[in-house]
Amino acid sequence: MMEAVRVPPFERFYEEQRETVFAQLRGMLGREAAEDAFQETFLRALRAYPTLKHGRHLRAWALAIARNVAIDALRKRRVTSSEVPDLESVDEPLPYEELRSLTAGLPQKERAAVFLRYGYDLSYEDIGNALGSSAEAARQAASSGVRRLRKKELS
Amino acid sequence: MTVSAELDRRFRDAAAVEGLLDVAYELHDTPVGRLLIAVTEHGVCEIHYDADPDVEAERLARLFGSRVLRSPRPTDEARRQLDEYFAGTRHEFDLEVDLRPAREFGRAVLEELARVPYGELTTYGTLASRAGKPRAARAVGTVMNRNPVPIVLPCHRVVGATGSLVGYAGGLDRKRTLLALEGVLPPDA
Repeated sequence: MMEAVRVPPFERFYEEQRETVFAQLRGMLGREAAEDAFQETFLRALRAYPTLKHGRHLRAWALAIARNVAIDALRKRRVTSSEVPDLESVDEPLPYEELRSLTAGLPQKERAAVFLRYGYDLSYEDIGNALGSSAEAARQAASSGVRRLRKKELS
Repeated sequence: MTVSAELDRRFRDAAAVEGLLDVAYELHDTPVGRLLIAVTEHGVCEIHYDADPDVEAERLARLFGSRVLRSPRPTDEARRQLDEYFAGTRHEFDLEVDLRPAREFGRAVLEELARVPYGELTTYGTLASRAGKPRAARAVGTVMNRNPVPIVLPCHRVVGATGSLVGYAGGLDRKRTLLALEGVLPPDA
C-alpha cells in the first residue's frame, strides 16, 4: 500500500543527511572547500524545501544538491589558459569538462586517477580508497596517465 | 571526519540570517526547568515546558511551515528577557508574540491576558468579561491551558474566583514558583 510520506521538519532532514552530505563534499572538494559547500548545500535545500511534495528519497535529493554545489565550486576553480596544461605544474584543479575530454583516451584506471587527482584535488590516499587500491598504486596510475597525455601532446 | 560544531553553528546562523526559516527554536534552562522557545518572523510562537524537541518540531511544522530548525540566534532576545524576568529585573516583556494559530476567541482572551500586570492576579471570569463573553469562564480556562507562550503571556496570574490556583499546564509547582517570584505568594507557599 502506498502511503503519503510527509515532509519532515527541516531539523530532522538536516540531522539525518548532514554527515552523508559532508562526506560527499569532502570527497569531491577536500575539507576546506567542503565547509563552504556544506552551508551552501543546506541553504539551497532550505530554499527548495517548501516545494517538496513528499518525504521520500530525501537522501538522494540532498546528495543531488550537494553534487551540484560541488560542481559549481569546481567550475569556479577553472584555469584560464587555453593550452593543454602541464598537469603536474598547475596549482588549481582543472575544470571539470576540459579534463573529461583531455583524459578521454586513457585506460580507465589511469583516467580515474588523473581525474580525481587533478580535477577533484584528492590525496592519493583518498584516490586509492575510491579505486580500491593502495595510495602508491593510485600515484603510479596518475603519473602513468600524465606521461601518456604528454606523449599524446607531443605526437 | 564529521561535521564540526562550528560548521553546524554557522549553518544554523546563516539559515536564520538569510530569512529561510518558518520557525527557529532553542532550548533554554531556567529556574522552572528547560524551556523550548520558538520564534517566527512575527514573534515568539511557543514556549514549552518539558518539551520533546522532535515532537514539538513536528507540531510547529504543521502550524507554521516545514522549515523548522534549531537556531539559537533568533531566540536570543526572548531568552535574554526571560533571564531578566527570572532574575527579578524585568517586570514586563517587550516581545512580539505570534498568535496566528489561535482562534478568534482564544486570541481575544490571550490579548486581554497580556494586559494583566506583573505581581497581580485576575480570575478566569474577569478575563472572560474583558474578552466580551462574561459567561465563558470555563472556555477561558481551556485557552489558558493551551496558552502557546506561557510566562510571556502570564496565565500563571489567573486564578479561580475563590482565589484557588486551579491549574497550570506546566504544573502547579511552577505556577507557585512564578507567583512567588512576583511577590504574590510567599516564597515557601
